[in-house]
Amino acid sequence: MNGLRLLVVGVLVWLVATAAWARVGTLVQQAPPRASTLPNPFQGQQRAQQAGAKLFAHECSACHGPNGRGMGKAPPLNQADVHDASPGALFWVLRNGSLKRGMPSFAHLPEAQRWQIITYLQTLNRRP
Amino acid sequence: MEEPGNLEITTKNVTGKPSDGNRFLGSALEFEYGVKGWWTTEVYLDGQTTARDSTLFTGYRWENRFRVLPREHWINPVLYVEFENINGADRSLLEVVDNDGEGDLTGLNAEGRTEKKREIEAKLILGSYFKGWTFAENFIAEKNVRHAPFEFGYAVGVSRPLALAARPDRCNVCRENFQAGVEMYGGLGTNKTFGLQETSHYVAPTLGWTVANGARFTVSPTFGITENSARFLLRFAVSYELDQFGRAVRHLFRNNGGGQ
Repeated sequence: MNGLRLLVVGVLVWLVATAAWARVGTLVQQAPPRASTLPNPFQGQQRAQQAGAKLFAHECSACHGPNGRGMGKAPPLNQADVHDASPGALFWVLRNGSLKRGMPSFAHLPEAQRWQIITYLQTLNRRP
Repeated sequence: MEEPGNLEITTKNVTGKPSDGNRFLGSALEFEYGVKGWWTTEVYLDGQTTARDSTLFTGYRWENRFRVLPREHWINPVLYVEFENINGADRSLLEVVDNDGEGDLTGLNAEGRTEKKREIEAKLILGSYFKGWTFAENFIAEKNVRHAPFEFGYAVGVSRPLALAARPDRCNVCRENFQAGVEMYGGLGTNKTFGLQETSHYVAPTLGWTVANGARFTVSPTFGITENSARFLLRFAVSYELDQFGRAVRHLFRNNGGGQ
């Protein structure tokens, strides 16, 4: 009887762990809804986009490749889920990173610079 | 924390002239590598030169930092564990603990090098970012592996870039590339004599400059504020980060393996 209980508990734990893993999705999808509502103060500004390109080259391109084409384990950023994501969700990703996926936190950058990077990211051409 | 795969090479230097001793230059060459997002490892090679005395290698340190929480919070703790194997002539002054003071900077190198210091050091580093300001607080506990009590120290600092938003053009001398701040650090005695009595404490304005190619220069005039402190020290550092060093090394070995 004890063995059966242990088996049931084990199966339940496995199911919960699998469900938790399955709902992770992309990093952008993990952003809480409240974070996603933050507006980008530099939205559509040409100078911010240029500054963001400069910051991207310095901070991000070593992993994500030039122009965000992706490299090794770092995913491409010129994709629909980044282009169409809310700026607030991208801001959340830059602030928190993901230890599990090897994405560092960029909270050490001033907020304005993180928004400039996001302004640039959302102008990258989507891959066909 | 260092970004995974990146290697940062830094030379940290401090120079000063104790009132009863000769001018010295203490140096630590630091190799900092991001192993994982939550783990950074560093090796230091220490040395010093003292006027009218000698120049010598004083030992090495191996430190590891572990990010504790997976997400950013108001205060972000990092655990720091270091093993150091240095001798008594070491003058890199990477931290101040116990009753460390000006008297430690005046001895002859030939005498100091005979004193072996094999110590384990632990730090709790608390960091916060708020509206462009960076706040850091360290509490240090150090223990000689053979004898001696626990020794304590602290360091606090605040810094901010001179401009929060980046300019669109590549530039060397622009406000976003400069960071100004101030640090304070000192000893807190041992577990038997915990407190401020006969400890040394320092206040140090800091100025950092990151040039467009990524090299970073830091200078920090340091003022002793207690009887036991050195009156004045000048710290300066130069660092350069090699992006994705780990990946480059892996490729090198893979390519070599493929050619055989």
